[in-house]
Amino acid sequence: MRLSSKDWQTLTFATLALAAAACLPFLTAGYWLTIGVTIAMYTVLSTSWALFSGPTHYISLATAAFFGVGAYVVGYGIEHLPYWSLLVIAGVIGAVMAALVGLTTLRLSGVYFVIFTLGLAEFIRQVITWVQNWTGQKGIYVLTSITEAHIYWQLVGLAALVFLTGWLIGRSRLGFALRIIGDDEEVARHSGIRTARAKILLFMVPGAVGAITGAILAPRYVYIEPILAFTPMLSFQVVIMALLGGTGRLWGPIVGVIPFTLLWEAISASFPNQTTLLLGLSFLVIVYLLPRGFVGLIDDIRARAGREALA
Amino acid sequence: MDVIVTGLLLGGAYALIAMGLNLQYGMARIMNLANGEMLVAGGFAAFWFWTAAQVSPLLTVFLVAPVAFVVNWLLYVLFLRPLVARAKSRGQLEVDAILTTFGLSFVAVGIMLAVFGGDYFSYSYLSFPVALLGDTYGANRIAAFLAAVVICGALWLWLTRSRAGMSIRAIAVAPESARLVGIDVRRLAALAFALGGAVTASGGALISTFLTLDASTGVLFTLKALVIVIMGGVGDVRGTIVAALLLGLLETFVASVIDPGLTLAAAYLLFVVILLVRPQGLFGRRTT
Amino acid sequence: MRAVSPVLSLRGVTKRFGGLVAVNGMDFDVAEHEVLGLIGPNGSGKSTTLNLISGALMPTAGTISLRGTPITELPAQDIARRGVSRTFQLVRLLPSMTVLENVKAGAVFGHRRRWGAEADTHAQAMLESVGLGGRGHLRVGQLTYIDTKRVELARCLASDPKVLLLDEWLAGLNPTELEEGIALIRRLRDEGRTVILVEHVMDAIRSLCDRCVVMASGTKIAEGGVSEVLSDPEVIRAYLGDDDA
Repeated sequence: MRLSSKDWQTLTFATLALAAAACLPFLTAGYWLTIGVTIAMYTVLSTSWALFSGPTHYISLATAAFFGVGAYVVGYGIEHLPYWSLLVIAGVIGAVMAALVGLTTLRLSGVYFVIFTLGLAEFIRQVITWVQNWTGQKGIYVLTSITEAHIYWQLVGLAALVFLTGWLIGRSRLGFALRIIGDDEEVARHSGIRTARAKILLFMVPGAVGAITGAILAPRYVYIEPILAFTPMLSFQVVIMALLGGTGRLWGPIVGVIPFTLLWEAISASFPNQTTLLLGLSFLVIVYLLPRGFVGLIDDIRARAGREALA
Repeated sequence: MDVIVTGLLLGGAYALIAMGLNLQYGMARIMNLANGEMLVAGGFAAFWFWTAAQVSPLLTVFLVAPVAFVVNWLLYVLFLRPLVARAKSRGQLEVDAILTTFGLSFVAVGIMLAVFGGDYFSYSYLSFPVALLGDTYGANRIAAFLAAVVICGALWLWLTRSRAGMSIRAIAVAPESARLVGIDVRRLAALAFALGGAVTASGGALISTFLTLDASTGVLFTLKALVIVIMGGVGDVRGTIVAALLLGLLETFVASVIDPGLTLAAAYLLFVVILLVRPQGLFGRRTT
Repeated sequence: MRAVSPVLSLRGVTKRFGGLVAVNGMDFDVAEHEVLGLIGPNGSGKSTTLNLISGALMPTAGTISLRGTPITELPAQDIARRGVSRTFQLVRLLPSMTVLENVKAGAVFGHRRRWGAEADTHAQAMLESVGLGGRGHLRVGQLTYIDTKRVELARCLASDPKVLLLDEWLAGLNPTELEEGIALIRRLRDEGRTVILVEHVMDAIRSLCDRCVVMASGTKIAEGGVSEVLSDPEVIRAYLGDDDA
């Protein structure tokens, strides 16, 4: 693979930004580190979500399902296997789940996919709850010596991996195929692209990333319950942050994650009952005011500035 | 035996809810993910009138339906029609409609939480037992079922006999041809959407007589209604009714034999099987 | 295998939509280096036949084979990979991409697959072959109508097709553009490409096609040399019954 000077610039900038982000735990250990973990988590989840949903226009609400499964892998496995191996196992299970979901639904219309993925988290939650009731167990304890700073560094590392994956896909044949699919699926098919396979392969990325994220965050919860691990709100927040930032660029979602996380924290601190309303209004703002997210807004402003400079 | 009767009684109410969603998705071409909130709102109204003034939910329906009709008509005209107008493709409209109706759904939940709080609500109306085929059932379940049958029947007559009803069905089958024979698709889509909302809200008022609801249960009913619509076939009235009764039976069976906590899981499994085996619906013809 | 085995052959190909029979028992062969005209009045099933060959639709009965191998049941993407490439009746380009990237789609995913610099060079060469060598950097929205058609054709050519299906490629062009268009297709013919041309423009059919298959109401009513077929009384009747000729 040959890299142009612009590629080197991008890589250098991304490395510096991630290195700077990794310094946060040295500056603070309290509230802002907690916020940092939340931002890092949503950055990972929204960026991987946008990798799939950006080009395919399929809205996935499966994040909570992948996340919850990852958390439970750590919950059940922590006493038997080394922690790092659980991250790998979670990633593999997440990817396999995503492939199965894709095989079932990605040939059908987008509505079916939304419903299927929304139901998935709820389905797994009900089944785990039932199994636990049956065995008389309520939740599981995850007791480790992993600190908030460790979690944060793992998430930053995962973010680096996600960005690298996205960047490599963007340069690959698969990435080119996905851009064609995003523009016109029929042309894609008649050009010889196996559209269903491309979509399934790509959907495995958020599947694996979602599960690994759940596994990384499991030690933070200490006590894992189905209702906590599979909360549907997580899926919706990820969708909103990614769309708010914009899915047209790899770095788009992060532009949505930071302001939305801060707004969300502020609202839930002072008006805890109004977070649902905020979520609803955000969806409406995205559809009616920011259809291409902040990234689209920035592009428009740049284009206008360019035209004025010419005039 | 009592599982079958209870299942059918539940299925009757489900048919009404799913019929509302089917009017909106099959005929107005909008997948309304805020449909369940309309149901909960209808239930809230019935609860409120009963506890405040002992007004029978069967009468409240006559108030809920027109109000829901107007509200849904406004939602369509204000929020959804602009999306239809700006959509460059069916896919884009689909994505926009999904995001918008999710947004509306969360806004509705937020408002109901603010107004009524997050508690469960239930009330006892016609809660005496009635003997039927050797078993006893709550009178409220039977009353709700009969009311659902009456409303479904009226709707079916309207769809098959009246000019507006037939035009709406024509849109569901062939929107392009419908436009060619001079059907005002724009106006009728709004009508179908509003009517769908009214039917679902009436279903909510009826279902609240025997089920416990809270501000955030709407999405569960949306999911169930979707499973029914997809199973019965989009735009297919007969299929919707059969699918609703089947889901009612399945849920009642799972709840009484395995665990009440698994009813949604069962509905979801049914959905997966349908997607794998008959994505065109129970009575639908396979198209290429 | 005989030396003159056809590139593409249809045997008893039929397509029903519910009760309507759109294509009924079509039989014909396309030989290597041949330009075959598929003509007939509006609604006679020409485009449906093209959709059946390219895999956009699946036949209800019959077989379609490419160099003797059946491709009837294959999905569109696999048919494209085996070397059947098509244009669309209403031009379909990829709006978010540049002209060169549109052509590259064919170079990367078609019958012969390329990547990297090789794909870029090939796409540029195909763009030059349709006379748009200097427009590669433009957005497709900035092109004139005939140029969008050229880009679509270049995308097909870039995929090294064994058979090229052109669906009313000349429709909607003004007289000057039509001349350029005919010249372009004539060049494809001189290069020895195998082409099926669904067309309404009679002048184009006369000057471009080696043979013609005429369809009416879903069935083949004539096949043979162009002048012979166009003077067939049944063909004339089929066309006169329709004011679109």
